[in-house]
Amino acid sequence: MVMFWIALLAISILFYVLLDGFDLGVGILFGLTSSEARRQHMLNAIAPVWDGNETWLVVAGVILWGCFPVVYSTLMSAFYLPVILMLLGLILRGVAFEFRYKTERMRWIWDLSFIGGSLVATLMQGLMVGALVEGLQFTNGQYTGGLFGWFTPFAVLCAVGLCLGYALLGACWLVMKADAEVRAAARRQIRVLALAVLAFLIVVFIHALAENLPILHRWIERPYLFVFPAIGAIAAVVLAASILHHNDSRPFYLVSLIFMMAFGTLALSFWPYMIPFAITIDDAAAPPSTLAFMFWGNGLFVFPLMLFYTAFGYRVFRGKVTPTADHH
Amino acid sequence: MDLTALLLSRLQFAFTISFHIIFPSFTIGLAAWLTVLEALYLKTGRTTYRVVFEFWLKIFGVAFGLGVVSGVVMAFQFGTNWSVLSKMSGPIQGPLLAYEAFTAFALEAGFFGVLIFGRSRVPPWLYLFSTAMVALGTTLSAFWILVNNSWMQVPVGYVLQNGMYVPNDWTKIIFNSVVWSRFPHMLFAAYLTGAFCVAATGAWYLLRRTYQAEAHIMLRMGLGLAAVLIPVQLFFGHLCGLYVNHYQPSKMAAIEGRWNNEKPGSEVLIAWPDEQNRQNRFAITLPPPFGSMIDSDSLTSAETGLNSIPRENWPPVAIPFFTFRIMVGCGLVMLGLAWLGTYLSLRRRLERNRLLLWGIFLSFPLPFIAILTGWYTAEVGRQPWAIYGVLRTADAMTPFLTAQAATASLIIFTAVYAFIFSFGVFYIYRLIRTGPDWQLAEVPHGAGPNRPMSLGREAPIAIRGTAGAGE
Repeated sequence: MVMFWIALLAISILFYVLLDGFDLGVGILFGLTSSEARRQHMLNAIAPVWDGNETWLVVAGVILWGCFPVVYSTLMSAFYLPVILMLLGLILRGVAFEFRYKTERMRWIWDLSFIGGSLVATLMQGLMVGALVEGLQFTNGQYTGGLFGWFTPFAVLCAVGLCLGYALLGACWLVMKADAEVRAAARRQIRVLALAVLAFLIVVFIHALAENLPILHRWIERPYLFVFPAIGAIAAVVLAASILHHNDSRPFYLVSLIFMMAFGTLALSFWPYMIPFAITIDDAAAPPSTLAFMFWGNGLFVFPLMLFYTAFGYRVFRGKVTPTADHH
Repeated sequence: MDLTALLLSRLQFAFTISFHIIFPSFTIGLAAWLTVLEALYLKTGRTTYRVVFEFWLKIFGVAFGLGVVSGVVMAFQFGTNWSVLSKMSGPIQGPLLAYEAFTAFALEAGFFGVLIFGRSRVPPWLYLFSTAMVALGTTLSAFWILVNNSWMQVPVGYVLQNGMYVPNDWTKIIFNSVVWSRFPHMLFAAYLTGAFCVAATGAWYLLRRTYQAEAHIMLRMGLGLAAVLIPVQLFFGHLCGLYVNHYQPSKMAAIEGRWNNEKPGSEVLIAWPDEQNRQNRFAITLPPPFGSMIDSDSLTSAETGLNSIPRENWPPVAIPFFTFRIMVGCGLVMLGLAWLGTYLSLRRRLERNRLLLWGIFLSFPLPFIAILTGWYTAEVGRQPWAIYGVLRTADAMTPFLTAQAATASLIIFTAVYAFIFSFGVFYIYRLIRTGPDWQLAEVPHGAGPNRPMSLGREAPIAIRGTAGAGE
């Protein structure tokens, strides 16, 4: 039961990162153009799906709360400011989808809130992941790092890296879903972003070596972990080829694969800890009566249904989007 | 324990949840109404239904978006500010909110895109189905939230183990009488909110002498639904009162402004409860046994007064006392308007009665006020407990949360919410002022459901009536 829910939690987080990742990335790239036609085209590529994408954040959040309450309460309270800033960023970008079409004179406000919100939400997510990797301060299982315990140079580095990563994912999505100018611009951006992400990964690795992060020792103990970065590296090579061949849909799937490998690497180097190196999966698991209740409804029946809605939504809006506003 | 941080955290939760509830209470009813309209349109082919549908869909889109983004906050705020609560009650509250996210949030999100963008991409039956699924999603969401909150009001089906409330009877947690009187009460409140907003819009158009055909549909359906539902709502409200009296004597005593035990009880209609001196000033009171009749359905029952409850377990008396009366007052005014309006509408005299039309138009805030004050009665009345009788609010807070952190977060929440709220309300106002878009009426019948919206939109917007389209 515990393993089932840890798997579902991992899948939900992965879905969130991949799906909201590309639409947050589009939000970041939105700031790089001021052409209204291009902006509308970019929004059309994500407008019907962003809401569903963000749902996976809530899904991951409530699985964490229901099945691993100790981790939920510890992380949310330790990451007080980043969580709240992330939520406010998501609010500001979420309302912009509707609000920007309600006005012309004030549209710049909502465009600003769309870009700023996407950027803040991504930065905060990166900060939190970075802080987790580096390790939060715990005393007897209680968080004792204070209000800014997560604010470290490494976490900031991860925040910037995640922005680059989401922007790369977003650019790949645009190449797949758009054509004309938006696709051409996205192709140019992919080259820069892919190199930037690569540079970021090298810097993170050097930093981890230099700081002698405890997480690194897990790698020496578990050499099989190198499978993940190896697959990621192969994907990166194929990605480079597909970019050069101007393939429209392959880059998105390849970047997704790289994200999955990065996620897998991270998750397995935490194992069996949920908060390294303070709280393990078994420490955090909710009582059996809770896990069973979650399993027999949400896990067995509703989760597959959710996958079905997600697939349905993406199927209805498959193919290239039109450049003009597909909106009331 | 930082008392300032505690107060600020409570304010923040109250503020963010009050802001949030405004939008779902509007969209739950609206989604159900959109489903009815779309079904009527498919069945009768009358273009007016389609026009009214498209008009309210635009408003639904804005309100739903605000509801979603403010709802995401709620799923995380239990952990940020109330980490002790979320750890202890996680095994129960976590799964309940998980059921909400899984069954409702995902359903809404999956079909909302189709509802807003997909008319040209799916067959008519699938579009109707998507509308119905969004409506079902909003309803399920309300259900799980009410199960969750009811458990905080009347905790059942659990044992305390290793500092956690461990569930041992889920049937009791979900299928108890408290849930099943409170969930319909909230659901009908939401339907009434939708109904009154729709009726008020119709009244406004009639007062301005525009969009008469649509206005009649809005007024007739809005008021008609309200006329039937408000009595049912009063009945479920009464059932909620019975559970409060049975399980939460301190809340009931505060609502009733009852200081001493009485047998049978009297009923304070209005007063100024003076908590310091433990008495009511300027009270207008109905003699016994009216209090017992209202609170316990009995002529002789004993009713608990605050004096028999330890002082440290009292809620702040004046807040539930007044919010309850405001809620009931709003309900009664709405009942009068709905009955009178429906009566005149049946006799086809409503459009000539401008005074009543003004009354209906100006009544649109009433359901929102009733919902907010109803929730304040329930939540403030539960104090000083986070989980009634089990966990105090003061003990539920994140222990290391500082006043500075809580101040910072409260300020940014207030600023961002005030910003998006004022624009959201302004955009909804302008959509309503502009009125339904009649271009769709010119689309040949039958081509309607499959016609790509983008084609129609490129033509200049034809607006009947005198209102301008704003910018």
